[in-house]
Amino acid sequence: MKEKWGSVKNKIPAIAALVVIVIIWQILCSTGIVPAYMLPSPVAVVKAFFGDFPNLMTHAAITLQEAAYGLLIGIGLAFVMATAMDRFELLQRAFYPIMIITQTIPTIALAPVLVLWMGFGMAPKITLVVITTFFPIAVGLLDGYKSVDPDAIRLLRAMGATRTQIFYHAKFPAALPQFFSGLKISASYAVVGAVISEWLGGFEGLGVYMTRSRKAYAFDRMFAVILLIVVISLLLMLLVNILRDAAMPHLKIGTGDGSVSH
Amino acid sequence: MSLLTAKHITKQYDGRTIIQDIDIHLEQGELVSLLGLSGSGKTTLFHVLSGLVMPEKGEVQLEGEDITGRPGKISYMLQKDLLLPHKKIIDNVSLPLILKGTPKKKARQEAEPYFAQFGLEGTQYQYPSQLSGGMRQRAALLRTYLSESRVALLDEPFSALDTITKGQIHEWYLDVMEKIDLSTLFITHDIDEAILLSDRIYIMTGNPGQIHQEVKIEPGRNCRKGFTLTDEFLEYKRRIIEILNTGK
Repeated sequence: MKEKWGSVKNKIPAIAALVVIVIIWQILCSTGIVPAYMLPSPVAVVKAFFGDFPNLMTHAAITLQEAAYGLLIGIGLAFVMATAMDRFELLQRAFYPIMIITQTIPTIALAPVLVLWMGFGMAPKITLVVITTFFPIAVGLLDGYKSVDPDAIRLLRAMGATRTQIFYHAKFPAALPQFFSGLKISASYAVVGAVISEWLGGFEGLGVYMTRSRKAYAFDRMFAVILLIVVISLLLMLLVNILRDAAMPHLKIGTGDGSVSH
Repeated sequence: MSLLTAKHITKQYDGRTIIQDIDIHLEQGELVSLLGLSGSGKTTLFHVLSGLVMPEKGEVQLEGEDITGRPGKISYMLQKDLLLPHKKIIDNVSLPLILKGTPKKKARQEAEPYFAQFGLEGTQYQYPSQLSGGMRQRAALLRTYLSESRVALLDEPFSALDTITKGQIHEWYLDVMEKIDLSTLFITHDIDEAILLSDRIYIMTGNPGQIHQEVKIEPGRNCRKGFTLTDEFLEYKRRIIEILNTGK
């Protein structure tokens, strides 16, 4: 209970700051200092959000689908690549620079090319999400694999452990904290990546909805989409935190050194 | 026949000889220490004995069977406890059984009775981070014991502990070794520890490292309480310091 209150207490400054910003924003719009065609007021955004809620949800479902497929493939690809690169140093030397290069290509520049190659369906969107999400996870896993104490590996080898057993009992669990840090970043990238790819071509999704709203000068609806993307990204990050805590219960236990003393 | 025999072991790294022509043996139930200055090749010798590396020359035999370069035959405990942080203590100590194919549930059942004997009662379902340094070393020793090898190599197992905990764990170690059938060869820098815990001491000196001399500690291990305060203990200590100085 005490812990829970402590956690809520920690969040109070952030919540207060957010509330203050929203109030200032509302005042700026209500007093006409900033015209509504440039920046819709928070109240207008909330109205647009609930006014077009069913339509927004239909588009959100498509975007979420693209983000989820892309993220899952990204995780799979990152796992295979990082594990292979950790196992074979030659592969790491060959592919690590290419992996870095893929991250220097701006997503916005890549999206039209993918649309050109793959059409207006889901494929280019998923591909873009894969490209943006696999990198943080792959790098996290690779660093995590290398963070294992070499003595721990030596000990397992002395116990007669096979390479697979060493991976399963020591390397992979040691990489989990970095994996989840990467996944947290990737989860938010996934939604943004899907939206960006929808801007540049497609029939459904939050990106398409945004483009249509922009063309209709319905800025309140554009902001409503932004609000929705923020909410979705935060929920995904929360989900990752829940998964992380479930996968690594030992990290939730403080280092009670001496709690069971000699 | 000795339980463990190493004959003429020579090991090189990058063309440099680290240990040369080492002959040692360990009998059933013995506690033997390997004492030497840093860099005398003690850990390298352990890597050879445990099968982690192949020596350039020589052979390691366990009850007459050649086990050179074959890990998994002798259990090994390092200075750090190396308990896996994500596993509960019971799963950490039963890891050697799991690695040999025992199902997790059965491995836990096999490990459970030893917790009381090793003074670890109540820690079964805790994580390593919840235990003190001394308790973690006990868990590491139990894991070594559950390797089901009759020989254990302990590489400075107590050196990371503070003096008071170390004193307590020495007593506990002698006591537990009385009860379990485990022959151990352990590395130490600490002359007092070597005299207190061993039946025999191999003194390693030089570069490349060689066994310079062997010292037998006469009083039986069951008469070691208060031994550190006797003249006999000091005499052993004087002798060992002299050997280490002449062997530099």
